[in-house]
Amino acid sequence: MSDIFAKNADGMTGRLSRAVIGIAGCGGIGSNVAVSLVRAGIGKLIIADFDIVEASNLNRQYYFISEIGKSKVTVLKDRLLQINPDCEITVHDKELRRNDIGPIFGEAEIMIEAFDRAESKQWLIEEWATNYPEKPVISGNGLSGFGNFESLKVRRTGNIWFCGDGVTSSESGLCSARVAIVSNMQANLAIELLMKN
Amino acid sequence: MDTVTVNGNVIAWKEGMTVRNVLDEMKYSFRLLIIKVNGGIVKRENWDDFSVPKNADIKVIHLMSGG
Repeated sequence: MSDIFAKNADGMTGRLSRAVIGIAGCGGIGSNVAVSLVRAGIGKLIIADFDIVEASNLNRQYYFISEIGKSKVTVLKDRLLQINPDCEITVHDKELRRNDIGPIFGEAEIMIEAFDRAESKQWLIEEWATNYPEKPVISGNGLSGFGNFESLKVRRTGNIWFCGDGVTSSESGLCSARVAIVSNMQANLAIELLMKN
Repeated sequence: MDTVTVNGNVIAWKEGMTVRNVLDEMKYSFRLLIIKVNGGIVKRENWDDFSVPKNADIKVIHLMSGG
């Protein structure tokens, strides 16, 4: 199994294998972030979503036709274990509320905010930053439309990190490439923060 | 004049000024925001009551839907 990570950067495999990351939401952001983090060698992921796979998800989310109608967290867990069977995946098939964050994600070193609705992003970031001010939360903020690559940036205020353009919203439409870029900005940043710590 | 800084913009501070007053002053009508005052998060439910101290450094970030 160690061959999976033979091409990883020096020191990465050991550090990431001890890391626990929470992902709130398994849609366009969450499914793509999860795949990248497992490929990188993260030791444990905690994933949560209440949704089932729909046809309209397939333009950007890491799901397949055969999975339509199935629980996202269930099929995503199977997918992640196909990449690295040694990764520990904890799934929560439920609609998250403020009070769930501590019990479900408390052990995570880093929280990935992967919701689609801005209202949900707001309460998750507020809750995490209030309860765990010393632990980073990485939010996807502004990833709609296509092109306009130069506007995609990482911004921070303290331990709250934002990846995206900060401007576009889903009314502009959501495109596979731009959603995947921002998702991977989030995954890349999570890896960077872990390697510094 | 006492002031506060909002996303790098300096505005006048007033006795009893709340986060809501700051948003009004800045003409920020968007309601989906993350707000920090001197590095601490101020939850949305407290925007009407949280008093902003003079010389505060306030960060306001718009949240966009999509994921």
